[in-house]
Amino acid sequence: MTPHMLTRSLDRGATIFLLVVAAIGVLIPLSNLLLPAGSVLQVPTYLVALWGKYVCYAILALAIDLIWGYCGILSLGHGAFFALGGYAMGMYLMRQIGTRGVYGNPILPDFMVFLNYSKLPWYWYGFDMFWFAALMVLVVPGLLAFCFGWLAFRSRVTGVYLSIITQAMTYALLLAFFRNDFGFGGNNGLTDFKDILGLNVQAEGTRAALFALSCLALIVGFLICRAIVSSKLGKVLIAVRDAESRTRFLGYRVESYKLFVFTVSACMAGVAGALYVPQVGIINPSEFAPGNSIEAVIWVAVGGRGTLVGAALGAVVVNYAKTFFTSGMLAPYWLFMLGALFILVTLLLPKGIVGTFNAWWDQSKEKRAAASTSAAAEDGVTQPKMAE
Amino acid sequence: MPTNLSARLCTFVLSLFLIAFALPAFAGPFEDAVAKFANDDFSDTEEAIAAVASSGNKLAFPIISALQDGRLMADSDSKKVYVTGADGKSIDAATGEAVASVPDSASAVRLNNRLRRSVDAALGSLTLQSPDVGTRLQAAQSVFKSHEETALEPVDAALAKETNKSVKTALGEARAAILLFKSDATEVEKLEAVATLRARGDQEAMALLTGMGDQPASVTKAAASAISSIQSSLAVWSTVQNAWYGLSLGSVLLLAAIGLAITFGVMGVINMAHGEMVMIGAYTTFVVQEVIRTRYPGLFDYSLLIAVPLAFLVAGAIGVLIERSIIRFLYGRPLETLLATWGLSLVLQQAVRTMFGPTNREVGNPSWMSGAFELGQITITYNRLWILVFTLAVFAILLAMLRYTALGLEMRAVTQNRRMAASMGIATSRVDALTFGLGSGIAGIAGVALSQIDNVSPNLGQSYIIDSFMVVVFGGVGNLWGTLVGAFTLGIANKFLEPVAGAVLGKIAILVLIILFIQKRPRGLFALKGRAVEA
Repeated sequence: MTPHMLTRSLDRGATIFLLVVAAIGVLIPLSNLLLPAGSVLQVPTYLVALWGKYVCYAILALAIDLIWGYCGILSLGHGAFFALGGYAMGMYLMRQIGTRGVYGNPILPDFMVFLNYSKLPWYWYGFDMFWFAALMVLVVPGLLAFCFGWLAFRSRVTGVYLSIITQAMTYALLLAFFRNDFGFGGNNGLTDFKDILGLNVQAEGTRAALFALSCLALIVGFLICRAIVSSKLGKVLIAVRDAESRTRFLGYRVESYKLFVFTVSACMAGVAGALYVPQVGIINPSEFAPGNSIEAVIWVAVGGRGTLVGAALGAVVVNYAKTFFTSGMLAPYWLFMLGALFILVTLLLPKGIVGTFNAWWDQSKEKRAAASTSAAAEDGVTQPKMAE
Repeated sequence: MPTNLSARLCTFVLSLFLIAFALPAFAGPFEDAVAKFANDDFSDTEEAIAAVASSGNKLAFPIISALQDGRLMADSDSKKVYVTGADGKSIDAATGEAVASVPDSASAVRLNNRLRRSVDAALGSLTLQSPDVGTRLQAAQSVFKSHEETALEPVDAALAKETNKSVKTALGEARAAILLFKSDATEVEKLEAVATLRARGDQEAMALLTGMGDQPASVTKAAASAISSIQSSLAVWSTVQNAWYGLSLGSVLLLAAIGLAITFGVMGVINMAHGEMVMIGAYTTFVVQEVIRTRYPGLFDYSLLIAVPLAFLVAGAIGVLIERSIIRFLYGRPLETLLATWGLSLVLQQAVRTMFGPTNREVGNPSWMSGAFELGQITITYNRLWILVFTLAVFAILLAMLRYTALGLEMRAVTQNRRMAASMGIATSRVDALTFGLGSGIAGIAGVALSQIDNVSPNLGQSYIIDSFMVVVFGGVGNLWGTLVGAFTLGIANKFLEPVAGAVLGKIAILVLIILFIQKRPRGLFALKGRAVEA
């Protein structure tokens, strides 16, 4: 059953994408670890961390594409799920610091000692265990998305209204996490991590492993998305995207479908955040900023909405451009370029890079097919003549 | 205040010259008292203060106030004391004659905390009988605050002569405050004092009543009842104050959202660059003020009146440009519009940052917008009041425009049924451009007003965009009255939550409430009914 679902869900583009991600996931860590430093083919550690960040963004973009591209739900608050996953991982990493903090308190993280906490807040319990934190990475964003979606979809909040209240949600969380007495480090967030599963987070081996793990998560996330969108459920989702009322009148419980896919997407975003935090080394409330979520949506739009491969590609391309342009002398112009990208993509490239490429490919395939059939037809016409 | 004081001092110094001509100087108790300032001894200085203050001499006020400001110079060798004015001119403190310069050996008379209190008290009683009403009122209030027993006599004297009603009340309150703390005051006097303070009924009166120490039983009882009465009146006033703050915040929200109510509410365009239109209006104000400052400084009070139409034109023109070049290609694709206008907002922000720099720009308040007045127990600042008035005026004009002008009629027609309007010969695309320009122009006007209370920086617009959307969505899309009600509801709710939950938690609570509210009424408070809903 499962192999069948997988083979059915994989077309040529998807296969190429998976192979490329797998190759990157294996080759970059190997080259970083095995080749001598300074060799031409050796990938420096900082690049491994940087590309690890891109891969995490790609997972987030995939999550957004799943709901926006296939179900028409434009969430402007997906950064919130990403950040919540990141905070869950950050809390685990904070607890791992133990007595190595500045104040050397075995239980309380530094910022709590600094803010005069007498004991650990109840919601920090359990985060010293990795399995619990890993579970929370899925449960917290998933639960929030479930509650939020349950309320919103049931009362048929759609389109722009949904976008605006998701934005309000992430904005409210931003304000909350900025507060010191909220118990998550306030403005400074969580940082100064030491160990993950007993391994030094700064070590090259750990970074390479995290990178490989991120690529693996991207592959798994992609397979899950493909499985969803190519199943019968996926067909209903597309129907909801294109004509929600009609789907409802045909007897489908639209809100259940939406709720399911929204929750799955939030969990994926949470995983992306959890992988992001140890590689970047910090999580702070600015990840909740509404601007971040909107930027993530534009990655998807650039790459191609409703193509999955395009979403991941868009995330990498836009972020690579961002790194490239914000580091050089062009830095003051980056926002001009990002803004222009938003405008031009929506105006001129509504299908995104991959969508436009697919359309062009299909068109040229049709042309070739048409050319060959007409040639065959001509042969057919001439053949009887020959027979005469 | 210091400028006011020195101005008063200057007139005083002038009149002193006249006196100096009219009256020949003579040595007497006043001169002896003044000479004591030169002894550089705290107890002598204290005696001198008391003697000078009670002398009734015209020079008493300038001397004591100079002492307070550290401008009273004493030469311990020659026993001469001088008052140096703020303008650098000096007079002999004992005679009032002008002197060319104060000798170098003179130094400022030193004060300690105890002396400073007696200086304050002396100044208070000296100014109680000043010819200026404002000075007398201030003096009475400062006596009320210090309630030194020594001030009782001057207060009584002043009270007997006083004719101005509000000064008389203030003096009565000052007297009550003194009596309440005077140990040998009779019970009747104290009961009267409590009654007076109860009538005053503010925070300070309550502070006096709670801190008055041991008193006869009847007085304590009266005070307790006075305190509870003051407390309940204070509670009423704090409600009034919250309501006022709420109205003020609501007017700001309305101002920011009203343009969005046109572009989003009427046209259905999700304009994420709306906040940047507000920012452009604020920067227009800045440019207008800069030009006025450098070329026509006399016009500064009119700068806002000039900036309002200019901001409308600048932001409106940019709005029309945006509609023609971007938005018209995206009608019917609301989510794409959202992304494109977000990109536009980044471009506009960065453009302003490049042109004007990333830091806050200084935009001044014209004189008629600065300052405040007291209404009962609350203080109302003029800029907040003007913004409320201005917002309501803009709202009324907009409403009238939509209702009574040809363009307004066309706008409503296009919104309600585009194809029918086109069949009737309305140039719909022109109306679209103008409507968007109108919404943007109003956002620009909002920027002029908001520049008066907020920092003018490239991020100005960002801080309003989420709030504006909340207001429009909460009030109901496509309904200007909904926007009005929504803005004031959110503003007042926010200000009443703030004292309970704190500023940030209050704001979070509002956001959560809006999210929940939208579940209940997905189309806002005043939802449109009928076919327009699905369009």
